[in-house]
Amino acid sequence: MIPASFDYVAPATLDEALAALQRHGDGAKIIAGGQSLLPILRMRLNAPEILVDLGKVSELRGVFDDGPGLVIGAMTRYDELLSDPLAGAHAKLLVDAVATVADPQIRHRGTVGGALAHADPAGDVGAPALALDAQFVVVGPRGQRVVDGADFFVDHFTTAVGDDEILAAIRIPKHTGWGTRYEKFVRVVHQWSIVGVAAAVRVEGDTIAEAKIGLTNMGSTPVRARSAEQALAGVPIEEGAVAAAVASVAEGTNPPSDLQGDADYRRHLAQVLTRRAVLAAAGA
Amino acid sequence: MSVQTEPRASREIGNARKRKEDRRLITGRTRWTDNLVLPGMLHLAMVRSPFAHAKILSVDVEQAKAAPGVVQVITGADVADVQGALPCAWPITADQKAPDHPAIAVDRVAFSGEVVAVVVAASAAQARDAAELVDVDYEQLPAALDLKKARADEALAHPDLGTNTSAVWQFDSAQAGTGGDVDELIAAARVDGVVVEREFRNQRLIPSFMEPRSTVVDPTGEQFVMWSSTQVPHILRLMLATTLGVSESKVRVIAPDVGGGFGGKLQVTPEEVITFLAARRTGRPCKYTETRSESLLAAHHGRDQWQKLTLAADKDGTVRALKVDITADMGAYLGLVTAGTPILGAFMYNSIYTFDAYQFTCTNVFTNKTWTDAYRGAGRPEATFAIERMMDELAVELGREPMELRQQNWIRHEQFPFTSVCGLEYDSGNYEAATARAMELFDYDGLRREQTERRERGDSVQLGIGISTFTEMCGIAPSRMLGELNYGAGGWEHADVRMLATGKVEVVTGSSAHGQGHETAWSQLVADKLGVAFEDVEVLHGDTQIAPKGLDTYGSRSLVVGGQAVVRAADKVIEKAKPIAAHLLEAAADDLEFTDGRFAVRGAGEGGKSVSMGEVALATFAAHDLPEGIEPSLDSAATFDPVNFSFPHGTHLCAVEVDTETGQVSMRRYVCVDDVGTIVNPLIVEGQIHGGLAQGIAQALWEEAVFDDQGTLVSGSFVDYTLPTAADTISFVTDNTVTPATTNDIGAKGVGEAGCIASTPAVVNSVIDAVRHLGVNDIQMPCTPQRVWTAIRTAGRTTADPTTPESTSHFDPDQPNQDPPGPGDHTGVDDQKGTGA
Ligand SMILES: Cc1cc2nc3c(=O)[nH]c(=O)nc-3n(C[C@H](O)[C@H](O)[C@H](O)COP(=O)(O)OP(=O)(O)OC[C@H]3O[C@@H](n4cnc5c(N)ncnc54)[C@H](O)[C@@H]3O)c2cc1C
Repeated sequence: MIPASFDYVAPATLDEALAALQRHGDGAKIIAGGQSLLPILRMRLNAPEILVDLGKVSELRGVFDDGPGLVIGAMTRYDELLSDPLAGAHAKLLVDAVATVADPQIRHRGTVGGALAHADPAGDVGAPALALDAQFVVVGPRGQRVVDGADFFVDHFTTAVGDDEILAAIRIPKHTGWGTRYEKFVRVVHQWSIVGVAAAVRVEGDTIAEAKIGLTNMGSTPVRARSAEQALAGVPIEEGAVAAAVASVAEGTNPPSDLQGDADYRRHLAQVLTRRAVLAAAGA
Repeated sequence: MSVQTEPRASREIGNARKRKEDRRLITGRTRWTDNLVLPGMLHLAMVRSPFAHAKILSVDVEQAKAAPGVVQVITGADVADVQGALPCAWPITADQKAPDHPAIAVDRVAFSGEVVAVVVAASAAQARDAAELVDVDYEQLPAALDLKKARADEALAHPDLGTNTSAVWQFDSAQAGTGGDVDELIAAARVDGVVVEREFRNQRLIPSFMEPRSTVVDPTGEQFVMWSSTQVPHILRLMLATTLGVSESKVRVIAPDVGGGFGGKLQVTPEEVITFLAARRTGRPCKYTETRSESLLAAHHGRDQWQKLTLAADKDGTVRALKVDITADMGAYLGLVTAGTPILGAFMYNSIYTFDAYQFTCTNVFTNKTWTDAYRGAGRPEATFAIERMMDELAVELGREPMELRQQNWIRHEQFPFTSVCGLEYDSGNYEAATARAMELFDYDGLRREQTERRERGDSVQLGIGISTFTEMCGIAPSRMLGELNYGAGGWEHADVRMLATGKVEVVTGSSAHGQGHETAWSQLVADKLGVAFEDVEVLHGDTQIAPKGLDTYGSRSLVVGGQAVVRAADKVIEKAKPIAAHLLEAAADDLEFTDGRFAVRGAGEGGKSVSMGEVALATFAAHDLPEGIEPSLDSAATFDPVNFSFPHGTHLCAVEVDTETGQVSMRRYVCVDDVGTIVNPLIVEGQIHGGLAQGIAQALWEEAVFDDQGTLVSGSFVDYTLPTAADTISFVTDNTVTPATTNDIGAKGVGEAGCIASTPAVVNSVIDAVRHLGVNDIQMPCTPQRVWTAIRTAGRTTADPTTPESTSHFDPDQPNQDPPGPGDHTGVDDQKGTGA
């Protein structure tokens, strides 16, 4: 399908990009990898006057070590993240999840920042980022601010990033040595998650010392399963015990009902998948 | 493995040649319709109805007309007098009811996606932009959406018809004199036999061919030339002429390389007629290429039936009678073969089994949804699904091993030729051989053992095994039989074989390939026949100017009917060459034999004189020295009308693992042994089987066209219409047995639809088999994880199929049922919301 006509700029720096957003106000839209935006434009669900392409803004791209954490530039492509040794060592959960996104062609273009800014509740990048306590670095005409995960995701396709702002990077505290697992439940492989569970576990001996869990598509935003995390602390790595600890993981969630499954089924899945993810992450 | 191995002198038949057409196809070097760019060409964009059923109050085109690049905006009112009605080639009964089917809706729309206006502009983008500006004022009407409610006429899809029932068609073996009285035998079985009654939902599917439909019409020459991504250029030409009142000789249709069809391009579409009209009105070449969304929405859909079956058997498992009652969803209109599609299954529910009595009744019902029509298998997958599900249910009822029960009831190989309870003569087959080979490849016994172990362990992952022993009727079709069924055309096929002066051969075929590999297979046939090199045969097709006579490709007919025409034409070439060769050899024509491309005097031995077909061709071309009265041409034509259908068969076995915690089904093993008669090209056969399996398995597990309660297609993109990819299937194990067909010289039976027809019940049977011990006896297709999970959870709580709330598994409440009644209450309808509802 053919989108409505639009203008296009490709600034070389973040400042120029911000200036372009300022200049065009409401009519401007950022394009990163285009893997969500272009289908939207082609189906004419949106018709911006101008696209501001961040593809040439090199300062937004790459994975860096800042000591206690990793900084992942918003324009880092999925496939770059997948082969990045720092990400593999310290933010493995994010890598696990990104590996399940779509297919190689889409992973070649799609970006971490684009996915997070798009904030599709069925997208696979939000839940692991949330679980790993990511902080979101947002820049705008008023300078830079850092937003916590809990505040970043606002609603379906809505984040704390303002119209005149750009998500520049996320900062993830290092989770070196944590066991990880992303359980993605789909009917066909090229699908968005019906439900996804991102689990990172720090093991001490035979027990789970600490667990972090994020849920995909269990509400209007990615969800952090705090009560299950608390229940898991100190639990032996054993199926029954883990199952009991995560039994209420879906309580209070508000998942959608659609062609792929209704809300009750999704709540049931979340419970089964969380148990499996935690056990797998713990090496059981 | 071959059951009957024939000694063959041939070098090409049976050779796994790589396809001639693949290089240009897979390198993208070919010319699809959408690649065509003609001087001054205009582009079309359709304005489609967002409503399932509505009156068109007004269509305001002023703004669109003024938009940049726009040449014309055409509404239904503009063309009401000239657009005719789209053709229904198969009125199944004399009193069939059907609405007029306009290409552009004039005063009412009957499904969401129907075209209400067309923008013609200088570029595709301008046409699309302007289409957004067309302002249509609708008044919504009550829509008939649910098939059962539509059958009850709760809301009328076409108020003027007074009913949603288009036609009721029946075959009854007692009436036809081909078998006994079903009702009598069922009544008898209720007393001292067993009766199984089930109702199944055969869901609506979308053909989803790879190349979206595209049409270009050039009105600037003496003839209108239409390029279209169609399966049926010949039928399209004829129908354009009759629909639009244009002289047939003024229309030329070209189907260039076509990227798949699966029956979805066996149609004369509104878009083709509209592009023709636009070209005629503007006097300029016009192009329309649909988007994928439009394709899913407005290209015809397939299947969509409720199927009620009653099967009567003796206590020892011998099947006696089968009664079938189908409600078939036509959608909003009758397309080319919409009405007849369910009837193509009418003679196949009895399948390979020896029933004494049979009755099939089909009620065709209109709804306000995209119209349905042929989709790979067309009527026969529905039949195979239903009977193979029933055979499993009968086995459960009797506590019998399902394969052994089938074996007890199928036609034994020594019974061929066998006249079925429908009066069809099955010419050849060997179900025992195909089954034995499949069981061996599958390790049936080993998997059954594992199944028992998992059950005993109470494993959360259960194993299920599903069987489908099937046959189908292919090689459509003897013209006489089509006439009896009131179909609007014959079933013959035409071919020409032309000998060029250099000894090369041109084959002109009326079969119109759209991905099957006819160029390769036909070359193999002719290379063997005429003893020329495979590379020296050129196959020409898909253009009514090059191949003027033909009935195109569908119904697994090409090789069986079209290939046979080629063989016949090649035989005539040999006959024509013989007197010339005799003249050259100074021998009597009767003394000549033709082997390996050479004519020689019979019995002359190694050193004897001979002349090749190429030499005869050159001598004929020169015509310097031909026998008296012989015309200087070897070119020959043949039009072949088959005397019977052909009946491929096979045994398909599927093993799945069902995760009982999530309902997720994963395929473990799939083995099929198909008997498609003589195999011309094993690679093509395997390819056809693989593709067919993927589509048939997809019906079982993944695909469903879903409309919401407003009649909007919800599964309107590949995000929600979950078409599988190679990543979702497993490596199939395929093999063949060969019992040649006796009704054509090749011995072929047709393979295009086999995989798709056979696989669906094998998969569903395996899913149910995996969880049967938990109390599950049916799961509606597609067997989504949620449906499987729900079936497990609610099993035993209710006797009705928990995932098919609208279906009844026992529909004769006052008759003794043979199923043990379930322990639970009959009102337990909690958690019964299917994902597709
Ligand atoms: C066929 C297909 C299958 C897919 N399957 C999956 C899947 O299984 N799982 C999954 O998670 N995703 C899936 N996706 C979506 C994919 O992950 C997208 O790439 C991702 O959602 C968006 O990233 P992008 O870089 O392409 O962003 P774009 O499409 O360019 O942008 C998306 C949105 O974010 C905004 N935006 C982008 N970057 C920034 C920024 N730095 N600051 C502020 N706003 C910004 C844009 O304005 C736009 O609104 C699929 C996509 C396709 C086409």
